[in-house]
Order: sequence, then structure tokens, then C-alpha cells
Amino acid sequence: MVTVTLLKVEDLSISFGGLRAVSGFNLDLKPGELVGLIGPNGAGKTTVFNILTGFYQPQEGRIFFDGTEITGLGCHKINRLGIGRTFQNIRLFNELTVLENVKIAYQYAGRYSWGDAIFRTRVFHRHEKEITDWALSRLDIFNLAGKADEIAKNLPYGEQRRLEIARALAGRPRLLLLDEPAAGMNPQETVELLELIRWLRQEFSLTILLIEHDMSLVMKLCERILVLDYGMTIAEGSPEKIRNNPRVIEAYLGEEVS
Amino acid sequence: METEKTTGLESHTQAQTAEKWRKYLLPVGLLLLFLLNILIFMEKFGFNFVNRYYKGILILTFINIILAVSLNLINGITGLFSIGHAGFMAVGAYVSALLSINMGEWGFLPPQIQSIIEFPLVLILGGLAAAFAGLLIGVPTLRLRGDYLAIATLGFGEIIRVVALNLGITRGARGIPGIPNHTNFWWAQFFAVITVVIIWNIVRSNHGRAMAAIREDEMAAEAMGVNITYYKVLSFTIGAFFAGLAGGLFAHYLSYIAPRSFDVLKTIEILLMVVLGGLGSITGSVIAAVVLTALPEVLRFLQAYRMVIYAGTLVLLMIFRPQGLFGRAEVDLTVFQALKSRAAEKTKSQPGERGGNGDSA
Amino acid sequence: MSQLLQQLVNGLSLGSIYALIALGYTMVYGIIRLINFAHGDIYMVGAFVGYFALRGGLPLPFAFFLAMIIPALFGLVIEFFAYRPLRNAPRIAALITAIGVSLFLENLGILVLSPDPRPFPQVLPDKSIISYGDVNVSLTQFLMIVITLALMVLLTLFVHYTKTGKAMRAVSQDREAAQLMGININRIISVTFVIGSALAGAAGVLVGLYIPRIEPLMGVMYGLKAFVAAVIGGIGIIPGAMLGGVLMGLAETLVTGFLASTWRDAIAFGLLILILLIKPSGIFGTSSRTKV
Repeated sequence: MVTVTLLKVEDLSISFGGLRAVSGFNLDLKPGELVGLIGPNGAGKTTVFNILTGFYQPQEGRIFFDGTEITGLGCHKINRLGIGRTFQNIRLFNELTVLENVKIAYQYAGRYSWGDAIFRTRVFHRHEKEITDWALSRLDIFNLAGKADEIAKNLPYGEQRRLEIARALAGRPRLLLLDEPAAGMNPQETVELLELIRWLRQEFSLTILLIEHDMSLVMKLCERILVLDYGMTIAEGSPEKIRNNPRVIEAYLGEEVS
Repeated sequence: METEKTTGLESHTQAQTAEKWRKYLLPVGLLLLFLLNILIFMEKFGFNFVNRYYKGILILTFINIILAVSLNLINGITGLFSIGHAGFMAVGAYVSALLSINMGEWGFLPPQIQSIIEFPLVLILGGLAAAFAGLLIGVPTLRLRGDYLAIATLGFGEIIRVVALNLGITRGARGIPGIPNHTNFWWAQFFAVITVVIIWNIVRSNHGRAMAAIREDEMAAEAMGVNITYYKVLSFTIGAFFAGLAGGLFAHYLSYIAPRSFDVLKTIEILLMVVLGGLGSITGSVIAAVVLTALPEVLRFLQAYRMVIYAGTLVLLMIFRPQGLFGRAEVDLTVFQALKSRAAEKTKSQPGERGGNGDSA
Repeated sequence: MSQLLQQLVNGLSLGSIYALIALGYTMVYGIIRLINFAHGDIYMVGAFVGYFALRGGLPLPFAFFLAMIIPALFGLVIEFFAYRPLRNAPRIAALITAIGVSLFLENLGILVLSPDPRPFPQVLPDKSIISYGDVNVSLTQFLMIVITLALMVLLTLFVHYTKTGKAMRAVSQDREAAQLMGININRIISVTFVIGSALAGAAGVLVGLYIPRIEPLMGVMYGLKAFVAAVIGGIGIIPGAMLGGVLMGLAETLVTGFLASTWRDAIAFGLLILILLIKPSGIFGTSSRTKV
């Protein structure tokens, strides 16, 4: 059976000063999949994200996105190829407005030159309007359009999380990496988030890879789960299989896996 | 959570009171500038309302506006901490001064026309030379972060000064005398207005937003597709260009330059303007440049204490109002936008493309 | 050959001054991640305290002692009033404050002491105590090197074997963890400023004896170059500051001796940029990674 792979990761390894943070990591993501990446603290999950998005250069291994190799490419280039992400501890452009946050992520799409900007040409106004409209439409999806002119850091926590996802989506990614999107949310907000992620995947035909500590969320949401421990993949499979995997239970010793 | 809410509300009401006077800032400023222009224009008819001394202060004010606004682009908007601005100013000053002195008659243009074109051309060439220096310095150093960048730019600024001190063509510590004093009120005002408008328009575009994103969070900016190296280098180069332009105006105003005019203290003087006005606020930089150029002249009796007061102000400012006078606030342009939309309604076929950006001192 | 050797001796003497000042920069940076621009001016204060003490007829050791104590007080006060309120402010605010404090001290110095250079009292006999062919080591140079070495040994012992010293190292590695372990952060930071400033004060007197001219702006260039020395060695690392200081002194005297003294300042900053480009963490530094 031939299936197209959107993201293919082969034997990824990286170590920091002798500590092997990720070792021999493999991953195949098919278009439209929703895959969870779990594991105890310090297992190397965020490091995987950082390698995929170009912040770290892996010492071994290769990454292919949609058939092209992206290993070693700069962060912004990887983003522009269609990989968007959020951060574990929210990293908004704090002092900028909600609207500006989203506009920044989309702006390379609406290109106008320095001359257009300086002389405020017709091209400038047209593209600016396009960027603003697009950004507002993204905010609308996340119920944030009413807060477009607020300073990002003044938003309540849950809205900051939503804004981060809105910002990641503004660049029209095909693959979305979510790093603990539910962290710090109350159960009600988590349920809403779950609905939102499902809906986003449908609406924008996204492929999603997600790191999450909230096990119930992961189990409900993901079709496939990878478990990392000490930088190595110790299990992979459906939520059902993962829940009953003895190695996973051992890795999470004391933590609840259901 | 609760306390956060209340502080948020407080700052909101503060913003509202600020809103009120910000509305009047630009019209009042422009009106004052207009009156000043009329007063000085009256010279043509033999009325000397503004004497040489005051005109000198006005010229220096315009030069300082260029310096402060351009440093603000680097430090305030892009968040790169550069303290080598005087070095770029020096490059522009020396290059334009040497060009002015050594430029003979071109021959292919009548001398009258040459004399009109020559000065702005020489200034722009000085600016380009400074921009080139900025590029040379920026490419290797801009990958350094925060403090390291600060110290590297300071080092480069000093190296530029030492080079001027050692080269034959710059005449070392003796400096260059006899530079034609082309800089008058009109030229200085012209370039200051141009600088403010250009930087204002850059900041309010996708390029400016990319720079602000770098200031806010470099990593997030990269992850959102911002090419941070490109924007850092450009912010630095554009800032250097205008510093060089200001240097050229400065050289052609004083008619004499020497390496010591461009030492660390000069950079810090500019930095103080930027910080006092508010890192990131162009309005703030303009007003701080006006105040800090005029104030020492007003307070001449405090001359000996000037630098002590400056330094003390800087420290107190950082402790009690680190965001400066303006924070990141700018003048309110709604007045002009209202005018513009009214004009647009009247002549519907010809909507104003420009507008809303006529900001100046 | 003998000229080179003589330059090495001179470079070592000058380098020991840079090393003493660099230690203060590096210790403060290690603990609160701040380039304390005012540190060079603390060194100036030390030189002037030494000047007035010797002019007042105090014996050299006592003058030396005073020139360490009073700058130490300056350091303590500056940290308390200018830097402590900004402990949690953005780094750029703290850096600008440091620049402000530095300017304040310099201009206060100009105001109170006049900007003119003053001759430093020459209390040591001008003789060389080691002569080898054309190479001479003067008594002043000898003292500079020996005193610097002694202070460095003391500092190393202090940092490694006393409770406070260990606490200092703990704070510089992880301030929050150190705080959780019950270390009084404010006290440790104060101690760091006191020690750094005292060392700079000592350097001030030594330089007064060596160069014999002092002025209120003397700290600007020395301070910057000492900071460069700290960066070269690896900022935050005590042996790095020592090595960086010596390298800086050697490089400068060699350039002065074989090229021209007017290029001296460019060399210092050239070295800085070189090291920042090749190995920004400095000779002894280990590269660190920003945590995401």
C-alpha cells in the first residue's frame, strides 16, 4: 500500500554536552493524521519539536517535509514551507496587539517592498488590507476578533493559548506542532480546546503533532501515540495499545495512564 | 489574577487620559513648526526674528532628531542594543566632509545647478558610507545577543574613532577644518522631516512589525517565518544610514570635525534621548531630542552640572520610569485620518494615497 | 630579543591591572548578568583615594588598604540604590542604568576633582630590582605582579573554601535553586560587589604608582578594556578574567612597542570582536544554549 507521507523523520539524534536528549527518533506522519507525543518530563519531546522546526541542528538523522529534505534549514524557512508551532510556555509578542501578533505570522505572504512601505504606495495599502483582513478572519475563528487591539500580554491565560494557535495558523501551515496546548487550562477549557483542535484539523486539512501531559486529552484526541523516554521511542501505536503497554506504565510509574 | 485585572484597568484609564493630550500633540507641534518656518522665512524680507545663536540650536535639534529617531529604530523598535551610533555618525561626517572639500567642478553641469545638487548628494553619500559600515559591522555581530552586542557595537564605534585618529586623510587628532558650512535651517529641517517620515512608515509596515517581533521574542519570530538575520542587519544598516546623514549635516554645520566629536559620550547623549522619550516611540525620540538639545542652553548656569544631571536623570528614569516619557505611544493621527476621509468623500475618484503620516517635530 | 622580553614584562604588569579590574566585571556578570559599566569608575575612585591618602602622608600599605575599602563601599551603595531596584527589570534597563551610574561617577569626578590629570605621589623608589641584560623589572612592576597574584590566590581560596564563596558560585550557577537552598541572594550579591570593587580599587593605586598620572576619566578606557579581557577569558569565569587580563596587557604593549601607540585602543576592541566571532563564550567558556 502506498501512502503519501507529509513528514518523514529518520534516525534523529541530538546530544547536549554528553547527554543524549533524543536518540534514533523515527516518525512518519500521513496527511491529516493527529498524532500525540507523550513521555515523562525531560524525555526529549520539546527537543524533537525544536529540531523539526530548525532551532536545533540534529547531529544525526534526516527530516523530509512533503518530499523535500529540510534538515539543517533555517527556522523561518521551515516555517514558510508549512510547519507552524506553538510553545510550551506561551511565547507571544507580549507588548504588541493581538492583531499584530497574527499579522506578523502571515506577513511574508503579503509581500511589498521597502519602497512601497516608505512611499505608502497603492501596493502597500492593498497588501496591508489583505494582511489585516486575513488576520482578523483568523482571530474570528478563535473568538478573539473583539480583542484585536488589546495588548497580547493583557489577555487572560486561556485566550493567550488560543492566540498562540491562531498565530501559528496564520502562516497557513500544513503541519501544526502543538506543545502542551492544554497546559494550565481548567477542565472546561480543555474540553473546548479538544473540540477546537478536531475542528481545525477538518477545516484546514491540517496534520497535527501534539505534545501533551493531559492523558485523557491525548487518549481522546489522537489516533496514534508515540511515547518517548530518555530520548528514545519506547512505544508507538493506538491509544488502546499505549494504555496497556507495560513499558509505558513503567516509564510513567506512579503517574496515571488513563 | 484579581490584582492583575485592576492594574490592567488602571493602565487603561491612564491610557485614556494620555489619549486626550496625544490628540493635540501633532497639530500643536506642526503649528509651532509652521510658525517657526514663517519667522525664519521673513529673513528674506529683512526681518531677523531668530538670531544666529538660536538658529544654531534649531539646526542641532534637527540633527539630534535624526540621530535619536534612527537609534530608536535599532534599539527601541528592533530591540538590538547598539551603543556605537557615534561611530556611524563619524563615518558620515568624514566622508561627506572630505567629498565636499575635494569636490571640484563637475563640468557637465552648470556651477549653479551643481551647487544645489552637491550638498544633498554629498550627505547621501556620507549616509551610504555609514550604512556600508553598518552592514560590515552588522553581519558578523548581530548574531550576538543583548549585552554582547552592546559591547561589540561599542567596540566598533571606538575602532572607527581610532581609525579616524590614525589615517592620513582624516588628519588624525587635528581634525578637518574648513568644511563649507552648507547646513542651514532649511536643509536640517528637510532631512529631519524626511527621516522621521521614512522611519515612521517603515515601523508601520510589515517590515517594522517583523523588527518589533524580533524585539519581543526572537525565537517566536523565527518560528513565525520572520527572517531575523535579514531584519536585524537591515534595521542596523538603515539606522547607520541616517546616523551618517546626521553626521554630514553636523560636519557642514560646524565646519570642523575631529575624532573626539564622535566618542562614546556622543553615543550616550543620543541614547539618553531615546530612553527619555521611550524606547520604541518615535514621537518620544523627537520630543526628547528637542528637550535635551534646548534644555542645556536654557540652563546655561548649570553648565558645569550638565553631565551629572544627565547621568542622574538616566539612572532615576530607569528606576522610576523605565518606559521613558512616552513608552511606546505615538502621536494620534486620527485628526488627519478624519481630514483624509472627508477629502476622500469629496473627491471620490481620487482617494488620497498618502496621508496620515505627516509627522514631524 | 631583549626588547621583546622587556615588552613582555611591561605587558605582564599592565595585564595584571586589567586582570584585577576584569575580576570585578566577571564576578558581577556571573551573578546578576549585568555589565557593570560603573566598574571602571570604581577603579578611578580607588586611584583617587590612594592619591589623597598618600598626599595626606599615610604610609603606602595603609593607603592601599583605604583604596580597597572606600571603593568597596561605593560598590555596595551603587548596587543597593541603582541596581537592586532593577533586579527583575529587563536587562536593557539595567544596562542603561549601569551606563548612567558610570557617567554620573565620571562627571561627579570632573566636577569635584577637576578634569585635569594629577601626578600620583611617587612613594616607591624608581629602581629596578631584577635586571637581566637590557631587561629591567622595576620595583613597581614587581609589586604590581606580586600583589595581583596574591589577591587572586586569596580570591580563589575564598571562592572555593568559604561558605560565602561557595554560595557565590551556587548563585551564579542557578539563582533560583540557590535561593531555595536558603542562600540570602541579596547578601551574596552585595558581597560580590564589595569584593569586585575592592579589587578594582587596588588596581587603581597600582596604576597610579605605575603610570603616575590620574584623572576622573581614567576608568573609561581601562574599564572597557578590562571588560573585554573578561569576555576574552570567558565572562563569569574567574580564571578566565585573569588570563584575559594578562593577554590584553601583552597585546597592548606589543602593539604599542612594535606598531604605534595610537592604534592601541583599536587592538583591544579588535581582539574583542575576534573572540566574539570565533568563540563568544570566551577561552574558558562552555557554550550554553537558550532554553525554550
